[in-house]
Amino acid sequence: MNTWDILLWVAFPYVAMAVFVVGHILRYRFDQFGWTSRSSQTYENRLLRWGSPMFHYGILMVFGGHVVGLLVPKAWLEFFGVTEHWYHLGATWLGTVAAVLTIAGIVLLLIRRRLTPRVMLATTVMDKTMYLLLALVIGFGTLATVMYQIFGAGYDYRGTISPWIRGLLILQPDPSLMANVPFFFQLHVLSATALFLLWPFTRLVHVFSAPLGYIVRPYIVYRSRDAHTVGSGSRGPRRGWEKSERPAAPTRTRQRTPR
Amino acid sequence: MRVMAQMSMIMNLDKCIGCHTCSVTCKQVWTNRTGVEYVWFNNVETRPGVGYPRRYEDQEKWKGGWARNKRGRLSLRGGGRLKKLMNIFNNPDLPGIDDYYEPWTYDYDMLTKAPLSTQSPVARPKSLLTGKNMDIKWSGNWDDNLGGSQETAAEDPILATMSEHVKMEFEETFMFYLPRICEHCLNPSCVAACPSGAMYKREEDGIVLVDEDGCRGWRMCVSACPYKKVYFNHKTGKAEKCTLCYPLIEQGKPTICSETCVGRLRYLGLMLYDADAVLAAASIENDHDLLDAQRGVFLDPHDPAVIAAATANGIADDWILAAQNSPIYTMISEYKIALPLHPEYRTMPMVWYIPPLSPVVDVIKSTGSDGEDARTLFAAIDKLRIPVEYLAGLFTAGDVVPVEASLRKLAAMRSYMRDINLGGEPDEAIAASVGMTGTEMQAMYRLLAIAKYEDRYVIPAAHLETARELEELACSLDTDGGPGMGGPGADASHARGPYAKTPGMPLNSTVDNYNEMRGETGEKTKPTTPGRLNLLNWTGGTVPPGMFPPKDSGAPA
Repeated sequence: MNTWDILLWVAFPYVAMAVFVVGHILRYRFDQFGWTSRSSQTYENRLLRWGSPMFHYGILMVFGGHVVGLLVPKAWLEFFGVTEHWYHLGATWLGTVAAVLTIAGIVLLLIRRRLTPRVMLATTVMDKTMYLLLALVIGFGTLATVMYQIFGAGYDYRGTISPWIRGLLILQPDPSLMANVPFFFQLHVLSATALFLLWPFTRLVHVFSAPLGYIVRPYIVYRSRDAHTVGSGSRGPRRGWEKSERPAAPTRTRQRTPR
Repeated sequence: MRVMAQMSMIMNLDKCIGCHTCSVTCKQVWTNRTGVEYVWFNNVETRPGVGYPRRYEDQEKWKGGWARNKRGRLSLRGGGRLKKLMNIFNNPDLPGIDDYYEPWTYDYDMLTKAPLSTQSPVARPKSLLTGKNMDIKWSGNWDDNLGGSQETAAEDPILATMSEHVKMEFEETFMFYLPRICEHCLNPSCVAACPSGAMYKREEDGIVLVDEDGCRGWRMCVSACPYKKVYFNHKTGKAEKCTLCYPLIEQGKPTICSETCVGRLRYLGLMLYDADAVLAAASIENDHDLLDAQRGVFLDPHDPAVIAAATANGIADDWILAAQNSPIYTMISEYKIALPLHPEYRTMPMVWYIPPLSPVVDVIKSTGSDGEDARTLFAAIDKLRIPVEYLAGLFTAGDVVPVEASLRKLAAMRSYMRDINLGGEPDEAIAASVGMTGTEMQAMYRLLAIAKYEDRYVIPAAHLETARELEELACSLDTDGGPGMGGPGADASHARGPYAKTPGMPLNSTVDNYNEMRGETGEKTKPTTPGRLNLLNWTGGTVPPGMFPPKDSGAPA
């Protein structure tokens, strides 16, 4: 374990985590107007109609797989009867479906973005950086899986990468776990960390506005004109510019019996 | 009974000359920004025609509005909550920008900077999306005045619903203009379709708005609105729509489109309605009953029980008074001459129309008959099925009876008033034949034809005691690309002009500071230094007090 290991597998992930969390909070507080997926569907829909659902459903499956593989300890899964054999089957088959969907989706989306002039012109520098990183993460992850899991002897990342991540999350980082992980897994992890670092400043923030509340809310929404001051509407007064209010009700009224 | 107030509009189509002033002023105020170049909160369509966006009325394709299902309940035509979430990655019913039109500008620079040559320089059209040269093949108002309608009008979805074949040969057809804004529906399907809950109907005045901060750009509102009056800003990635110029309405002033209407055909006023009755009325089985169902939702503002319930619901007395004087109530519920646009979409729209008599009158005049004679007009309304059926397709889900009733009243008024204007005795039989009295005829004439400003716009101002809460709010829309782009809030250093109260304070368009700004003597702005004159108000000529500092003040000259 040398300085590089500490930097790459402790310092860098914690910096990324801090930026991820604080960045999202700050952006949510100060840039709600910029908080959107900035869809380009009105420009072009022939390719997007296939590419977007493929990519999104694929990446949701990939996310689910990562949660099971990285955050749930091996012993827990085995307690529930998910043996190494079953885990491997699930990871291989479901993982392949997810990977095919995700990769086909993102390739389609990237081709569309590059070749449709309207979409290309609406792409910002930040978008391009984000797409590059996202493609790298997906590319390295696929490459590592294909090289070590399919054509190689198989690599048990649940013995190294998973405990390392859980160690980070419970504030007991152990960089030595990552020191001898195969190269492409390392690249996958590093590029993903970089993506998390950039996340709050990209359009990827739309992940956190998945509108699940829509399922339960009434169809017609009424809001009072006065309600603008609170909630997700307009900003409140700037600090130091608050209106001077009369102090709260005099104590005399408080002596009455509470209702 | 839950009484709510709704700010509503009526447009008298007979007076629309299709000048598009409403569209232009609206665009100047609201949508002259990048990202909404193609957006017209207010547009004027020539009908028969395909409309804007193209064929927006074809709900088989666009799946806008509500549909009544087998169990008699309303569901969004584009699918319910789960289907919306499943389709969140790609909205299958979203119109592309080409369904509106590709926005463009002209290469004006060429006209002044082109090098000397034998040909005159031309300003070629350039796409605002790609910056490249483009051929203009479509726009928001391509078939204005039936231009090119021999080819395009057959695509008008209303014509497909009619039993009679409409010839589009110019000499034989008819036309009228249909100005459209957001309907500010009582049962808005755009609000229901918004996954983020960012669209809402204001409790006080029923105006349907998008919370630009809460909008996440899922675009479901755009496809769910059957009138296609919610638009996607392709630069900011947020939905935008007609706001009924609420900053003006809150001050008791008419919207920009109404204020600048050359034909003075727009009316603004309150309607009181029973919010608890809306869903049942919108769910009624027969499309033809929807008009009466919606009329049934409106409450009589003179009824003491309604007044008591309105007061209990927090509607202020001056608002109830405004509802009693509302030209909207008069025309919808008393004269019954105004009709809603496409009630069959079941959104309970609140911008209503007085159908145009002019297509009928034009035909009569072209045959050399008297276009102001009551009997001729009545006979023509009965006989001229094509315009009447077409109007029914727009305003009553195809039921010709209410359209005829409305047109007969307009015809009767025309004929009744002609006798008076020619110095003759008015014929009370004409008024009676449409179930009205002579007094009512004259009152209707005053409202429709004279159309005084104060009769057209009965708008109670928002209440200051509540609006005070809005004071000192920074506008969240002054971001780059937002509707308030370039406003003083965008950069505090800009807020130092004569309007700003304190350096660095944002300028707000609220009732309070508008009135404050105006000053007591009617001058437009107040000077920033007390006792001094604001030069912006100086008309020249005299030297008003306060122009120069007092001599003994010691202030530098």
